[in-house]
Amino acid sequence: MAFISSGYNPDKPMEGRVSDIGPRHFGEYLPPVIKENFGKWDYHEIIEPGILLHVALSGDKTYTVRAGTARLMSVTHIREICDIADKFSGGYVRFTTRNNLEFQVETEEAAKELKAFLNDQKFPGGAYKFPVGGTGAGVTNIVHTQGWVHCHTPATDASGTVKATMDVVFDDFTDMKLPAPVRISMACCLNMCGAVHCSDIAILGIHRKPPLIDHKFLDNLCEIPLAVAACPTGAVRPSKVELDGETYKTVAIKEERCMFCGNCYTMCPSLPLSDGEGDGIAIMVGGKISNRITKPAFSKVVVPFVPNEPPRWPTLTKTIKKILDTYAKDANKYERLGDWANRIGWERFFEKCDLPFSEHLIDDFRDPAYYTWRQTTQFKW
Amino acid sequence: MAKHKTPLLDQLESGPWPSFVSDIKQEADARAKNEQGLDYQIPVDCPDDLLGVLEMSYTDGETHWKHGGIVGVFGYGGGVIGRYCDQPQMFPGVAHFHTVRVAQPNGKWYNTELLRNLVKIWDLRGSGLTNMHGATGDIVFLGTTTPQLEEIFWELTHDLEIDLGGSGSNLRTPATCLGMSRCEYACYDSQELCYNLTQEYQDELHRPAFPYKFKFKFDGCPNGCVAAIARSDLSFIGTWKDEIKINQEVVAAYVGGEIAPNAGAHAGRDWGAFDIQKEVVDLCPSKCISYDGKLTIDNKECVRCMHCINTMPRALKIGDERGCSILCGAKAPILDGPQMGSLLVPFIEVNKDDDYQAIKDIVENIWDWWMEEGKNRERIGETMKRLGMAALIDAAGVPVDARQVQEPRHNPYIFWKAEDVEGGWERDINDFRKRHQR
Ligand code: HEM
Ligand code: HEM
Ligand code: HEM
Ligand code: HEM
Ligand code: SF4
Ligand code: SF4
Ligand code: SF4
Ligand code: SF4
Repeated sequence: MAFISSGYNPDKPMEGRVSDIGPRHFGEYLPPVIKENFGKWDYHEIIEPGILLHVALSGDKTYTVRAGTARLMSVTHIREICDIADKFSGGYVRFTTRNNLEFQVETEEAAKELKAFLNDQKFPGGAYKFPVGGTGAGVTNIVHTQGWVHCHTPATDASGTVKATMDVVFDDFTDMKLPAPVRISMACCLNMCGAVHCSDIAILGIHRKPPLIDHKFLDNLCEIPLAVAACPTGAVRPSKVELDGETYKTVAIKEERCMFCGNCYTMCPSLPLSDGEGDGIAIMVGGKISNRITKPAFSKVVVPFVPNEPPRWPTLTKTIKKILDTYAKDANKYERLGDWANRIGWERFFEKCDLPFSEHLIDDFRDPAYYTWRQTTQFKW
Repeated sequence: MAKHKTPLLDQLESGPWPSFVSDIKQEADARAKNEQGLDYQIPVDCPDDLLGVLEMSYTDGETHWKHGGIVGVFGYGGGVIGRYCDQPQMFPGVAHFHTVRVAQPNGKWYNTELLRNLVKIWDLRGSGLTNMHGATGDIVFLGTTTPQLEEIFWELTHDLEIDLGGSGSNLRTPATCLGMSRCEYACYDSQELCYNLTQEYQDELHRPAFPYKFKFKFDGCPNGCVAAIARSDLSFIGTWKDEIKINQEVVAAYVGGEIAPNAGAHAGRDWGAFDIQKEVVDLCPSKCISYDGKLTIDNKECVRCMHCINTMPRALKIGDERGCSILCGAKAPILDGPQMGSLLVPFIEVNKDDDYQAIKDIVENIWDWWMEEGKNRERIGETMKRLGMAALIDAAGVPVDARQVQEPRHNPYIFWKAEDVEGGWERDINDFRKRHQR
């Protein structure tokens, strides 16, 4: 391999340097019909799952075909997307917030033709490349984080749990038969880079064992005061240990105070907390972000722990499917999952979804916990 | 021929949903074949080794990525996330595997020329694997080595005129819904505001000066398609002040079953005929709609939840006096539990003509306050929780308003200030003793 220079000269890093220019202006990438009718749209319709029609005040129409993707994608795959866009949608393509693809076409026939084409593209293993769907009262693509593919703190994988889950709820991606949209999100640790705390259904990686302490290396790799300050519960304090006749400056951890958040590890690589048996997933439900009918709401933990069962996480996916199916059967039209649970009562939610209630589901973290306890005698048997 | 055996990952190739495993394998093959004859600048087999290390995690149930090191491009504090594999001997292709965040066009519209140019850089200088996109919104280039970072940055800025995104304790890459580009609900131009603020605050984006990360997100309306209210330290959510516009003829068409409600979102199931009383009137959260052959909305009582408009998008339209609400302080649970954005400014005009100065004033006031008062690694939501909403409102320089609270305080522990009370706090004990014996 010969090093190919871009023109950058390491001896004179400032020479010809361009910085702080930000993104390109989005206006350069709008398809003509979008550009012409910018801010002048009249209404939209979902023609069939995965196909949207937008009609402008001018009478102009544009059809959108929406397809799911794994958000981790190769350059080969992106080139394939480009080929499709060049062939069908004038060389324009859009990614949605939830990692779906969208292509604009001019007619309903073209949209249906594109839908059929996209649904024909398969990987050698049999998976769809660009399954069309993700509109209306269904499940759309799962937003997720890095997991074991690229992060240092995950308690579970992200791409794998998402693939396994989407396989199980695939029908709800390609159809619109739920009472309301269901947004599933996935984050592989409590940092929630893909924050899932307000999703209809959330898959959240959690650790359950306090950090290990790499005493011999800690003081070399970490600033002890930073590690101490990082702990939200004050579980970490400076300490000394004798090992092999030598004294090391290190930290001690009050284990009963640890809530397994991994903040100390973020500040100090000598405090790893991953563990094959200890790590797994919490399932949260009932959050939403839209203001429609009811207010935005946080997700609630309804299953405190399911073990990591790679590659297909059967307990996780079975539980999600059960919750989704119970909701689909029981909820009213337009009622989001959390609104349904609020209406029937959470005690009823556990009963109907066949989920056990345990002490781990009673909040004990600081003040907000209090607002989740019941301060009334109005409850259901 | 695969470099590592991946029996567990192979099981993720079946099933309908797009398989990232199949895709990584496809890239591994493409790089091995190298049909374009590229002189790959990082190990050719990094996709293979990524699968290898991932398989190992599937076996162990533990990640094999080390804590990131400090890497980046000259003069920037963010944009690159250092990453090293903890089994470099077994997986040399990913021994150094840093992530590069690249600023996305707002609303995530692309043409294929731009995409092809982006992947061309990444094919040559990176792993050939990406996230399109990261949860914050940037394009994420997944995995390269340190010597390539300046080269990538050079090519991005010189050849494509695109910058890196944010990471670290700075302004993160702002993100927006597609807004006016394709949505009839957009109450302001969320993309243009997002673009403008992104450009205005490039310095804050690239050079960490804050206590912790700071995110802007822009939703064109209360439907919240980018989840601004939940995901951003400052959320800009479109809204309006005047009346919802009603076309009674089209309402009648919905009632008559000529147009499917909710734009056809419920077509997968037979929910029976549309019942405007049950599906719109009764579900209005502020009970301000009535229907007696004609739809009436008591707009003064409307809380602009969007339900009636979402349900009958052809008959009902957002009002004309448009702007946005600004909410502050959303964050995920770390450290102090999750927080939703709290309403700071009920309504502000989104005015391009004066370069959004009113909004920028608020942003800068808030930053000044947070940089002064915030502790290290404290999100602004935590600072406002610690010091109080009133302190934030004061710092932001916006008026106090009943709309900022759900309900007034429960406790009378009011922190009166000396200037709030007649005569101030200064008193004389001797004077007091003249009236009260010891
Ligand atoms: C101690 C706290 C945190 C640490 C150490 C941390 C660390 C990281 C790291 C290392 C990455 C890059 C992962 C990679 O590309 O390899 C990342 C990504 C990200 N983080 Fe965090 N993070 C923290 C907290 C948060 C929080 C609280 C949020 C949001 C509220 C957040 C949002 C994100 C997002 C959106 C990404 C991009 C993720 C993606 O591309 O999927 N992070 N974080
Ligand atoms: C109803 C409530 C919420 C819902 C439905 C919700 C949903 C989501 C979803 C779907 C994502 C990924 C979105 C995307 O990229 O398209 C996300 C990301 C995120 N959410 Fe939430 N969320 C909610 C509340 C919150 C709250 C209250 C916080 C913080 C206190 C939060 C913090 C985050 C963060 C940090 C991210 C990723 C951050 C980023 O991309 O900037 N979310 N959330
Ligand atoms: C009829 C009313 C609605 C319309 C026309 C609409 C339109 C859209 C559009 C155009 C997008 C793509 C936005 C983007 O990626 O920037 C989108 C995405 C989204 N919308 Fe809505 N929306 C509506 C109602 C809702 C409601 C009621 C919710 C939540 C309760 C919601 C939640 C979302 C979410 C989470 C996304 C991200 C989904 C994805 O990218 O696949 N939307 N919506
Ligand atoms: C100087 C301190 C206090 C004085 C002089 C005081 C005096 C009184 C008096 C005279 C009553 C009415 C009793 C009755 O109806 O026969 C009362 C009721 C009550 N006090 Fe206090 N109290 C004081 C502090 C507190 C504190 C600190 C608390 C709680 C933290 C408290 C809680 C109550 C409660 C719950 C009632 C019953 C209220 C009701 O009828 O609903 N008091 N107090
Ligand atoms: S959620 Fe946690 S484990 Fe997952 S990418 Fe973010 S910091 Fe890493
Ligand atoms: S994991 Fe979190 S709670 Fe536990 S010691 Fe570390 S910082 Fe403290
Ligand atoms: S947030 Fe509102 S304006 Fe933006 S895309 Fe969603 S529905 Fe449209
Ligand atoms: S927008 Fe919501 S609150 Fe306003 S009239 Fe419609 S349903 Fe009622």
